[in-house]
Amino acid sequence: MAQRTRSERADRIRHLLETEGPAIHAHASASNARRKETYGGTDDLEELRTEARSIKEAAIDRLPELIETVREAVEENGGTVYVADDAADANAYVADVVNREAADGTDGDAAAVTPSVVKSKSMTTEEIDLNDALEADGIDVTETDLGEWALQIADETPSHIVGPAMHISREEIADLFNERFAPDDPFETATELTRFARDRLGESIERADVGVTGANFVVANSGTIALVTNEGNARKCAVTPDTHVAVAGVEKLIPTLSDLEPFVDIIAKSATGQPISQYVTMLSPPTDSPTLDFDAPDEPITGDGEGAADEPDAAAGTGDPDRDFHLVLLDNGRTDMREDDQLRETLYCIRCGACSNSCANFQSVGGHGFGGETYSGGIATGWEAGVHGQESAAEFNDLCTGCTNCVDACPVKIDIPWINTVVRDRINRSDEPETYDFLVDGLTPDAESGGLDPGKRFFGNIGTVAKAASATAPVSNWLADADPVRAALERTLGIDRRRDLPTFQRESLVDWFEERGGTEASSRRAARANSRDSSADVDREVVLYSDVYTNYVDVDRGKAAVRALEALGVPVRVPDLPESGRAALSQGLIATADRQASRLYAALAEDLDAGRDVVVIEPSDLAAMHREYERLLPEESYERLRDGSYEICEYVYGLLENGAEPMALSTGTGSEPVAYHSHCQQRTLDLEAPTVAVLERCGYAPETSSAECCGMAGSFGYKREYYELSLDVGERLAGQVADTETVVASGTSCGDQLETLLERDVPHPIELLAPGGSRT
Amino acid sequence: MTVDTVGRFERVLEGLEVGLERVTAADASERIETIAAEPVIGVHLPFDGVALPASVTTDPTATELTAARTGITPVGFAIAEYGTVAVESTADGAEPISLYPERHVAVVAESDIVPDLSAGFDRLADGFDAGRDSVVFATGRSATADMGDLVHGVHGPGDVHVIVLEDR
Repeated sequence: MAQRTRSERADRIRHLLETEGPAIHAHASASNARRKETYGGTDDLEELRTEARSIKEAAIDRLPELIETVREAVEENGGTVYVADDAADANAYVADVVNREAADGTDGDAAAVTPSVVKSKSMTTEEIDLNDALEADGIDVTETDLGEWALQIADETPSHIVGPAMHISREEIADLFNERFAPDDPFETATELTRFARDRLGESIERADVGVTGANFVVANSGTIALVTNEGNARKCAVTPDTHVAVAGVEKLIPTLSDLEPFVDIIAKSATGQPISQYVTMLSPPTDSPTLDFDAPDEPITGDGEGAADEPDAAAGTGDPDRDFHLVLLDNGRTDMREDDQLRETLYCIRCGACSNSCANFQSVGGHGFGGETYSGGIATGWEAGVHGQESAAEFNDLCTGCTNCVDACPVKIDIPWINTVVRDRINRSDEPETYDFLVDGLTPDAESGGLDPGKRFFGNIGTVAKAASATAPVSNWLADADPVRAALERTLGIDRRRDLPTFQRESLVDWFEERGGTEASSRRAARANSRDSSADVDREVVLYSDVYTNYVDVDRGKAAVRALEALGVPVRVPDLPESGRAALSQGLIATADRQASRLYAALAEDLDAGRDVVVIEPSDLAAMHREYERLLPEESYERLRDGSYEICEYVYGLLENGAEPMALSTGTGSEPVAYHSHCQQRTLDLEAPTVAVLERCGYAPETSSAECCGMAGSFGYKREYYELSLDVGERLAGQVADTETVVASGTSCGDQLETLLERDVPHPIELLAPGGSRT
Repeated sequence: MTVDTVGRFERVLEGLEVGLERVTAADASERIETIAAEPVIGVHLPFDGVALPASVTTDPTATELTAARTGITPVGFAIAEYGTVAVESTADGAEPISLYPERHVAVVAESDIVPDLSAGFDRLADGFDAGRDSVVFATGRSATADMGDLVHGVHGPGDVHVIVLEDR
């Protein structure tokens, strides 16, 4: 598949925002809200997630052994296991089973005219394009999940791994059905559509030669497949025809029945916010249920089964002797994923769609934008890279902004943003020329090899860019705003010309701090504050991390942080520190981020040893230190930095809790409303609450936003192909806070986006709290 | 099993819009008949002193299965926490009979109602060991939102009643 150009991507996203976005947003955001509520009401949620995760880890670790175990168990039950290497292998096997079964003529019209299959929803059969393969073989295929059936009629692909037809509104389905089936009274309501579909599909199920299902889980030692559904069609597909084929990825295997319990408990909660789904079907086929022969409509259904069951027949296993069962276990790249230290985690995925529902970009465009050949949402990057190849993942991988909203949603605790970062890094590298120019490479500031997209390189090295721009400000700002320059930036780096560019300050925070007397002056100021308020003798010292943006662009929030800390009696240092690696990570430049993490740790090691606290203003930089550094630094270094670093308002909260006096700050009247938008990664670190608490203690009445994201996500909203999507997401947030006069946001890009949409200042909370108030 | 467990089961079922009635074995047949809409199919109820109403067809034909408006089955156990009944795939057709008709009447002994999923899995494991290794946890009514709004009664029953047989 050829990669789309920037402008083709922009067009595609614009089209989806207009056509499919509204229906997707309505359903996905409602599911996400229900999930949050259900998670919140589940006391042992964390234990459940941890248990589910560890079962999956162990199962994938033992996978080859579990395949042999399930083979023995299914064969002992009287069924057959087939391990298919790839899609073609699996499809050929299923087609063969169907053709043999139809030739037998025990189901359907005798000497079946056309062999027929009914299916329940299965993403794995979507992955291998089973329907196309069976139809090419002359087999009639009917999807019985209502959403899948609508897609089959519309000849479309799923837009969501759980709600495949989520992008189609009721009106559109009604139009589709009215056109296709031309009923006497046109369909209108969901009830009418559902009744019609049920009756029509019921006939297909009765006629079918074979029922094909997927499997949510496969219990190896009992040969049990677990199907989690709400409609009941999977039950009907499994029980009605006398032949049942279950197609499942090998990663669905879990060792024993008791391992199934946490998954049954959590899968509906994470998928739709239901406590449990309507039907958890656990079958160890062939089952004892009698087959339903609609060719002999007047014979008791139990006739054959009971008669035969009376005769001991050890070879036929335990089930109804007319029943036949085939478990097709699909590899299709999964063994390689298991060997891949970075992609392995993807195999723990239980395909609940929580990462899609919790994702702001997904809510806006759906799986046809944020998805590859088969899978969609955040985890799709791992699946697509594993089963269809990196190229399929490259089409949509940029839509993951690394916001981490999915991290708390995932029931098996997969670090989905990291998988996206890794695959982005690999995509970057795969674009490189075979022999790259070492000389040119040596001149670039990052640790990446050649061939990288210029826009990714620019944003990934934003520290170097900002330093140069600050040094030449305000000329650099005037230049950057000139039309020809904007056109060139758009052409070369993909920076959308409609987006306001940051205004670089001539005097950086580090320079300002040195100019006003540096650490010594800060100590004097802190001591003066302490002498005024003896209760607040906290005896701490802070190293304030002057991130790129604070240092060169939003210097005011840095100044505010310094003043607030000093007013609370804490002396501050503002050294010139290396970049955190956040910018590089968001562009998938892991080698660069790794080098920057090492440098930053080295630069801070002495401060940490001296017992100074590292205080960070920009939540995304703190998140790098608290999350990604675990993968980039030695364990001890990572823990040392994590335990010694704080978000600025979290730190202020700690000071107030330890006796510091709120009156030293700019306080409100007690009822002054403040709309507060935290930052996605800050929320994942559970650090929204301290800011809210500080604002309350200082006399404000904060209201937090519930929007998933601001949509800006660092560089994302600057990019031409994503500019409109960024605004679409941002407008949902802006709508929530617009009526409040004072709006504050913790993240740099959150503030920028809100300032653009609200056309007024949106400072960091610390600017509101610093002595002298905002922007002083 | 405590009275609390049954009470919890009842409250959860209420939220799922599933009816629950507690009856003695002697009254069960009559109560079932009142709830069942004809034509009615069912499977033998393996509880002492409990008989299916005379109007119920057992061993239905395929035609009777699809024509029936009510299916009556025993369930192996029930889980109070989620309002779940455990339908076993038995040779007498409990699985299709609980699934095809628009109304399912599930009959459970009070002593077979367990408090939570964990206890339910204990019962499930006991059943697996005894060869009853195909079971559906059915909770509430068949549902879909695929046609644009939530609709009950898709491929499975849109109406579910649970009869709890009081301990004797």
